[in-house]
Amino acid sequence: MIAALAFYLFAAILIASAVMVVTARNPVHSVLFLILAFFNAAALFLIAGAEFLAMILVIVYVGAVAVLFLFVVMMLDIDFARLREGFQRYAPIGAIIGGILFLELVFVLGSWSFSDQASELRLSPTPGGGVTNAEAIGRVLYTDYVYLFQASGLVLLVAMIGAIVLTHRQREGTKRQDIAAQVHRTGSVVLEKVPSGTGIAALGIRRPPEPEAEPPKVTHEAGHGHEGHH
Amino acid sequence: MDGFLASPIGILAITVAQTLALLVPVLIAVAYLTLAERKVLAAMQLRRGPNVVGPFGLLQPFADALKMLMKETIIPSGANRFLFVLAPMLLFMLAMIAWAVIPVQDGWAIADINVGILYLFAVSSLGVYGVIIAGWASNSKYAFLGALRSAAQMVSYEVSIGFVIVTVLLCVGSLNLSDVVRAQERVWFFIPLFPMFIIFFISALAETNRAPFDLPEGESELVAGFFVEYSSMSFALFFLGEYANMILMSALTTILFLGGWHPPMHMEPFTWIPGFVWFALKIALLLFVFIWVRATFPRYRYDQLMRLGWKVFLPFSLVWLVLTAAVLKLAGWLPA
Repeated sequence: MIAALAFYLFAAILIASAVMVVTARNPVHSVLFLILAFFNAAALFLIAGAEFLAMILVIVYVGAVAVLFLFVVMMLDIDFARLREGFQRYAPIGAIIGGILFLELVFVLGSWSFSDQASELRLSPTPGGGVTNAEAIGRVLYTDYVYLFQASGLVLLVAMIGAIVLTHRQREGTKRQDIAAQVHRTGSVVLEKVPSGTGIAALGIRRPPEPEAEPPKVTHEAGHGHEGHH
Repeated sequence: MDGFLASPIGILAITVAQTLALLVPVLIAVAYLTLAERKVLAAMQLRRGPNVVGPFGLLQPFADALKMLMKETIIPSGANRFLFVLAPMLLFMLAMIAWAVIPVQDGWAIADINVGILYLFAVSSLGVYGVIIAGWASNSKYAFLGALRSAAQMVSYEVSIGFVIVTVLLCVGSLNLSDVVRAQERVWFFIPLFPMFIIFFISALAETNRAPFDLPEGESELVAGFFVEYSSMSFALFFLGEYANMILMSALTTILFLGGWHPPMHMEPFTWIPGFVWFALKIALLLFVFIWVRATFPRYRYDQLMRLGWKVFLPFSLVWLVLTAAVLKLAGWLPA
């Protein structure tokens, strides 16, 4: 009874927040409602006994994807008046696409039939005998579907490399920090024991130091001058 | 009596009692961690620290809390009121609910779930929302910049934390936190996995926005970072959340690497002390190191922080993960 009650509660919040994602006026609110929807979906997974999937959903979608999403949406300067322009012009096209998707869904669900063991499978989502969720998924994913799994990883890798190639550019005149060179640099700093009361002048150290014979080369690239900004 | 305890109301009552028994000591520890930090920093900087309120300044945390409560709560006129109030609560609540799965002693966890470590990882990765929402809802440039820094930082370091956790899990063969501790009965994991222990601890510093990675609140350029606009109790909640997160990450480090409730050696004088005391002692040691690091190291520059996360920790932990898997497989030590 409690499980059914919880299911309807989470399902209702899930659908309500999904509606709010589409209808909210502020895009940041949309993303926050999306996060709420993810949470409720995770709760539904928990009720179904798929605790591993629930946690992965929260870690991957809420903890990483939605953070970056929120990050981008907050930085964008979105003009709502511009967005709402042309609603009447685009409404018929949207309605047609929506209608096609709806018809496809009807065709798919119309020919849907549950398998004979569906009710038994639903009662025990994992192969019994103390096998945990994670192990059950691992057994299927890394044996039967290992090639598909690796292929999906490759697709993601290609997407990542593509994104880097598209956005990376080598700029002229940037100064990069070479940490290894800095760490291995010796001889530029010397520790001296200074007799108290006399100061460093007694050691023959002058402040400010004598100008170097060859002044360090200062390059004046556009946008990198640091003079006068401090 | 047994019938009552088995009924839904009885189970609820037991859970509430367990939660209080865990959270009240945690909150007291948070209060005294603020005092301990000031005392330790003072000792390291040859000062005395707070010593006026109560004996040795022991009542200082309560004086601070009372002061915070008496102040006026100010909500900036341009702020998003709901989110502005929600953000500190979210941060504090997340730091509290994570304790549900922490095994304080063998069998002493409120929820001893099979995916405990994933739950902890999920909750700790949500902490960034409190920061982002606070920065955005404040409608202030400083707060927003602090929030952006924090979001990028926390997401970056989570990646290497994830690899460290996977390495430990390879050695354990279970996602249950109690099993992780039980697997360390003979040898604590910080000995065979020492580099991962160091990476995890440094990433924990970055994840909790502690020095030397406290760029989100870098006073020198952002005033106070994402919580500039907060005052009174909402400000205090941010601090409570930060310190509770420090304790939580120390507890996680203890569970993953320092053998949880196990004494250093399973022999006479050590086994007299109960397990939860050992657990608390190890957490206290790690918290001391947290404060020690703050007193010692200057703040990282932002590009150095990103370099450390993506170019040093990520490749290193990835290589170490493959190495661990290979050694376990070749030596036949893989847990069943």
